[in-house]
Amino acid sequence: MSVKLTKEAGAEAIKEVLAVYPAEARTDREKHLYVNDKSLETTSGCVTANRKSLPGVMTVRGCAYAGSKGVVWGPVKDMVHISHGPVGCGQYSWGTRRNYSTGTTGIDNFAVMQITSDFSEKDIVFGGDKKLEAMLREIREMFPLSKGITIQSECPVGLIGDDIEAVAKRMSVELGVPIVPVRCEGFRGVSQSLGHHIANDAVRDHVLGQSEPDTSTPYDVAILGDYNIGGDAWASRIILEEMGLRVVAQWSGDATLKEMQASHRSKLNLLHCYRSMNYISRHMEEKYGIPWMEYNFFGPTKIEASIRAIAAKFDASVQENAEKTIERHKESMQAVVDAYRPRLEGKKVMLYVGGLRPRHVIGAFEDLGMEVVGLGYEFGHNDDYDRTLHEAKDATLIYDDVTEYELEEFTKRIKPDLVGSGVKEKYVLQKMGFPFRQMHSWDYSGPYHGYDGFGVFARDMDMAVNAPVFKKTTAPWKTA
Amino acid sequence: MRQCAIYGKGGIGKSTTTQNLVAALAEAKQKVMIVGCDPKSDSTRLILHAKAQATVMELAAKHGSVEDLELEDVLQTGYADIKCVEAGGPEPGVGCAGRGVITAINFLEEEGAYSDDLDFVFYDVLGDVVCGGFAMPIREGKAEEIYIVVSGEMMAMYAANNICKGIMKYASSGKVRLGGLICNSRNTDREVDLIEALAEKLGTTMIHFVPRDNTVQRAELRRMTVIEYDPKANQADEYRMLAKKIMENKNLVIPKPITMDELEALLMEFGIMEEENTAIVGKTAAEEAAVGA
Repeated sequence: MSVKLTKEAGAEAIKEVLAVYPAEARTDREKHLYVNDKSLETTSGCVTANRKSLPGVMTVRGCAYAGSKGVVWGPVKDMVHISHGPVGCGQYSWGTRRNYSTGTTGIDNFAVMQITSDFSEKDIVFGGDKKLEAMLREIREMFPLSKGITIQSECPVGLIGDDIEAVAKRMSVELGVPIVPVRCEGFRGVSQSLGHHIANDAVRDHVLGQSEPDTSTPYDVAILGDYNIGGDAWASRIILEEMGLRVVAQWSGDATLKEMQASHRSKLNLLHCYRSMNYISRHMEEKYGIPWMEYNFFGPTKIEASIRAIAAKFDASVQENAEKTIERHKESMQAVVDAYRPRLEGKKVMLYVGGLRPRHVIGAFEDLGMEVVGLGYEFGHNDDYDRTLHEAKDATLIYDDVTEYELEEFTKRIKPDLVGSGVKEKYVLQKMGFPFRQMHSWDYSGPYHGYDGFGVFARDMDMAVNAPVFKKTTAPWKTA
Repeated sequence: MRQCAIYGKGGIGKSTTTQNLVAALAEAKQKVMIVGCDPKSDSTRLILHAKAQATVMELAAKHGSVEDLELEDVLQTGYADIKCVEAGGPEPGVGCAGRGVITAINFLEEEGAYSDDLDFVFYDVLGDVVCGGFAMPIREGKAEEIYIVVSGEMMAMYAANNICKGIMKYASSGKVRLGGLICNSRNTDREVDLIEALAEKLGTTMIHFVPRDNTVQRAELRRMTVIEYDPKANQADEYRMLAKKIMENKNLVIPKPITMDELEALLMEFGIMEEENTAIVGKTAAEEAAVGA
């Protein structure tokens, strides 16, 4: 049986878990843990976020290169992305994000390739610029239909001071395609978060506004910050199109360079992952006057609210379509709820993910009668926690950049019916006897967004929570 | 085997002094190897009569990687059987020269360049120890004796004191010690007294005063050391004296670098630096003129 979470119990759990730390570490980690209190206006004062992780704890954070190459740039399908530096960063980040895309690999889609400059000792000593130049020519020759190339810097590039900007500028003229240098060396910042920002800045400087759309309508919208994990962006796009809107760009799941270049003519930017693309949203607002809004397409309740909020930015025809869209899917959504809610009602969930998901999936769980009792962000900032304040229930345990130890201990105390986190947590928690879903990659499933996704989401959660295997194991706390 | 590293301000004459010293040691039947640790790669040319020796890093780049090299590719023998290696490195402004030094020295160790028959290994290191790579020669298990080439010029002395600070860092955890200051004369006023005074403050000695002599330049034009070019010259005897003193040197110390104030006081004592007039700090010529008027 799960325990009922109260503010007092949450505070007590935090205190107990922190007790084993040395004083200095305890003082630091205390600032990252709190119990949600909806009576507050802001979480500042409750949580310190976006700070350097402590040495010695096991953090699951990534680096700036992961944020740029892995998240923002990697999915741009018709560009070739170079992992510039020694082979490991490219190799071990190869195919780790399930951002689906259409097209033919090697012809108009390069997203599944791993291309690296494979630095060796001599490149460090003599500099990698000449090799980069040769490589850019080779890429152009091997993949003549690629629309451009990005240079994703790994740590050594910054350490030895290679001038990739000069190479990119020169070679862009020679080869006649955009070549984008990205200074996302892994040692910069405290997590992948800075990599998102650096990548956004590179888009701003080298991509945005570089071409004009073929046509333009008053209903043009761009989806920002949806990386099409398991087809999520497609599931969102369908809804928007059903509403009578024209999706001119998807940043950057299944994106083409051209659609990103021409996004400055969008009428409204729909921001899915605030954390990784708020920077470019704000820039487009300032420079081109394009308003932006956040939306949430997880679960019918949030979908309906978001559809209406988006429609409110447009004319009556869109608003009418919006209502029709909601109406059209009511029955199928109710069928999903009817099928799964009885099996999931009252189940408790703990989440530890990145980006926007800790707060965005709460509604979808609630549609299934489930309750999120603990959540945390890997690399969130304070504005993410502010956005979580009213999404999460009172007394939800909140943990920023949680250590593996803390997560295990909180899980043992809260005893949730489901944990949603990443591959690094998955097997530990399953062995501890907890049903688990990977909520970064959707555990090889998806989509979870939109009307198409909710049924998949519900099925997957049921599959985990009610998996017969967990009835055959005895949780450690039940043996005593 | 004694491993020694030569440091000092850029342009002070480290390479010239090292090669003449090494030639004198070889003449005295010592088996010596020079390891050039400067991307300029001019540490062995007087021994080899060559413009520039093919360097470890250059050859590694040509062959693919340093693992593809053999010791005989990079190790050359010159005057009096002196073994010569140049680490090599990038042209100015690109890459990482420090990593080149690290790679080259590791390679020499792995390939057994430090053979038992050697009496001395000399590292001739880039003037400014700008990063960890240029401190490689004085890390654990490498050079344990350091000689600093200095002159009576202010900046050379500043550099010598800074190098002592660097030695301190490694001396506290390892065996590296300061062997002394080599004064490569620039004919400044009271140079001997000044360098002896500095040496004393640093807790070491001026091991030798090498006078200025045009024979050195004449020999250099022929890509030779004085020892080889004109063994009867007075300057050759100076280098022999330096070699003898180093062979016999037992005075290896942990240096005591001095503070900026102490160094400036010393310079003022010897008239190299004037007492600072704080009233003029930050005043432009126009402002001074206005005050004067």
